[in-house]
Amino acid sequence: MTRPDPSEKSDARAWRKPPFIANPLLRYGLLALLAGYLSWALTTLPFNWERIGEGLPRAARIFGGGFPPNFSRFDLLLTGFTESLQIAILATLLGVLLSIPFAVMAARNIAPLPIYLLGRTVIIVSRSFHPVIVAILFVAAVGFGPLAGILTLTLYSIGFVGKLLAEEIEEIDWGQVEAMRSTGAGYLATLYYAVFPQILPRQVGLSMYQLDSNLRASAVVGIVGAGGIGSTLMNAFGRYDYDFAFAILLVIIAVILISEGVSGWVRKRIW
Amino acid sequence: MVDNDDLLAARIWRRHNPREQLVRYGAMLVTLMLVVWAVRDIDIFWPWVWDAPNQISNLGSRMWPPDPSRLGEILDAMVETVHIATLATMLTIFIALPVSYIAAQNTTPNRACLWLGRFILVASRSVNTIIWALLFVAIFGPGVLAGILAIMCRSVGFIGKLMSEAIEEIDRRPVEAMEATGASKAKVIVYAIVPQVVPAFFAIVILRWDINIRESTVLGLVGAGGIGVILQGSIDTFAWQTVATILVAIILLVLIGEAITALLRRRVM
Amino acid sequence: MLEITNLIKRYGQDEPVLKGLDLAVEGNSVVAIVGASGAGKSTLLRCINRLVEPTSGSIKLNGTEIVNLRRRELRRVRRKIGMVFQGFNLIDRLTVMENVLAGRLGYVSLFQAVTRRFPAEDIERAFALMERVGIAHYANKRADELSGGERQRVGVVRALMQEPEVLLADEPTASLDPRTSEQIMMLLQSLASELSLPVLINIHNVAQARSYTDRIVGLRHGTMIFDGTPVEFDKEALDAIYGGIESPEDASTTPERGSKERESDHDPT
Repeated sequence: MTRPDPSEKSDARAWRKPPFIANPLLRYGLLALLAGYLSWALTTLPFNWERIGEGLPRAARIFGGGFPPNFSRFDLLLTGFTESLQIAILATLLGVLLSIPFAVMAARNIAPLPIYLLGRTVIIVSRSFHPVIVAILFVAAVGFGPLAGILTLTLYSIGFVGKLLAEEIEEIDWGQVEAMRSTGAGYLATLYYAVFPQILPRQVGLSMYQLDSNLRASAVVGIVGAGGIGSTLMNAFGRYDYDFAFAILLVIIAVILISEGVSGWVRKRIW
Repeated sequence: MVDNDDLLAARIWRRHNPREQLVRYGAMLVTLMLVVWAVRDIDIFWPWVWDAPNQISNLGSRMWPPDPSRLGEILDAMVETVHIATLATMLTIFIALPVSYIAAQNTTPNRACLWLGRFILVASRSVNTIIWALLFVAIFGPGVLAGILAIMCRSVGFIGKLMSEAIEEIDRRPVEAMEATGASKAKVIVYAIVPQVVPAFFAIVILRWDINIRESTVLGLVGAGGIGVILQGSIDTFAWQTVATILVAIILLVLIGEAITALLRRRVM
Repeated sequence: MLEITNLIKRYGQDEPVLKGLDLAVEGNSVVAIVGASGAGKSTLLRCINRLVEPTSGSIKLNGTEIVNLRRRELRRVRRKIGMVFQGFNLIDRLTVMENVLAGRLGYVSLFQAVTRRFPAEDIERAFALMERVGIAHYANKRADELSGGERQRVGVVRALMQEPEVLLADEPTASLDPRTSEQIMMLLQSLASELSLPVLINIHNVAQARSYTDRIVGLRHGTMIFDGTPVEFDKEALDAIYGGIESPEDASTTPERGSKERESDHDPT
């Protein structure tokens, strides 16, 4: 058994927990940085305290007006939801199909460098923008309505599915590709026989996930005019129809929970 | 399955057996029907669709070149956006941790707390940030407070859910050892649970901060502060070249955020 | 003095794991409990500090009845029962010293536990014990940086920090290589006489049980079928305990078996 060094022993007797960050300069520096940041942020942010002060009575009015939620305009609600569902389905289909070529382009192991850079850029750009920003641009370009919503969510799906799929392609078992090449298969045949079978299970799972995710997002892009239940919600809010707005909100929550459950169930069955 | 032998005998090769084939055709048929229904029923004026590429490239050309004249203003709004995301993430921690504690099966004090915790998490997660923002703008008026509250309300569900899962996945054995020393529940938590979830905690908070930066870029579209306010204003006044500048700035912000999170994550792990 | 009378443990409606066990341990004797996997060794030890709730029977430690204690008194009694685990059950992300001091959690206040401000005599005791087993120089290392034998020493010291009146060791050597496990057995044996502490050791390795303990208790299917000195423990006793089940030598080289047994022995609550 090794005996501890006696010189170490004398000061070790008064044991204190070693600090989380060993370097004291860094430790206090980080604390000072945090304090500095908080004071900077809190002093520069424009809070309109007068208006915020009115918040509580307003909240009371909104929630008072919102309860009980009013389901009397059920047909309007249903129309909104049907449109959201249609937007989500079409956008998922288009997005998932288009994501395949982009994923192939953005996979370093099967795409030549210029193509790879192009594919990566498309994916990075479409992932950087929140769907609502994309939606507002498409609304400006093609007008109010579900078309803008479909275009937005298609782009959103390409970004998300494309990125994950590209990573999946980069991790495939390369031996299968070599085997296909050794039989003399061309580029497309190799893709079809050696690459796609390896990523297909992931792709099906991702599609289900994306359908769920697009349904959620379609409720949101409507707020800037891209169709679906979001537009209905925005109108209700704009007209101070809080009881109808709360009814819509409740139904949105219910639909999201159901869709999450269904998509989770399907993915579990497939994997 | 059953007729496999016959098939082998007859040397007939099929990619899928009949049952699989049926499921595949069924799934395809359902998908096809859904698509046909969606395409026929949706409220779209089709000539616009064929015109869309023109319109989009037209808009694109109006954005070129980006106009940097309002750059100072845009940078200020960017800083505000980051502030909203950061402050909201920090404040969320104080709410999300207690909620995750009562929503984790192995730490929750009782059934009622478990369901309360889960209800809070589900409610928070099912309402999108921008809808939360809509609500808080109506209550507290346009401004950053509504934005911060909106981001917080959405993040509580995210951080809380992942943290409660992390708590549920801890190694039971140190907990057992601490119980065996005669430690009270609070001490068991401090010694056996907290050290185990610390890495997950940092990873989750960093991940959510990254997401919150993206989310806070759109808050302004409903009046809840940040870069979105200027974006909405520029779109309303058809200042497309300014819009382009803002879009470039957003991409840069998101990429910087991603780089910082990658750096932090490596530091923490 | 530890007195167990008519101890029964049954999970749900299954056949009891322990079928009316009687056992008395006094003074500083080292008792080995041997038996095949599933014989109930682990359940027996865990009943003593009630990590597993006994179904019926009586367990007395120095005159105090343990079986019907309420939470606060149970924690008080647990402080007097040290436990060493097969998987060490250390808190990996804390330092060795923090792990050792965790043995005092039943004595210190929550504030002291959170801030790690333990009384000076606890720290003194910790260093003395760590020096005794040769790990004092690791005080500020993280527990997961240590080797298996060193980790088990930390586990032993943690249990001794409780100033226990009895020490329970659940397969303390099953996760260690043969040489290290000899060392740990030797350590337990000498600590028992130095601190005049009764020690109960669950063990698979019959050879080690023979050479390092004063008394061997053999369990089979939840009943005691042997109780005597290592000298009396002959081929006949060995066959009675393990006969028709598995060779004890096999068992001593496969630690997974022990852990499997442990898992199934866990109280589901």
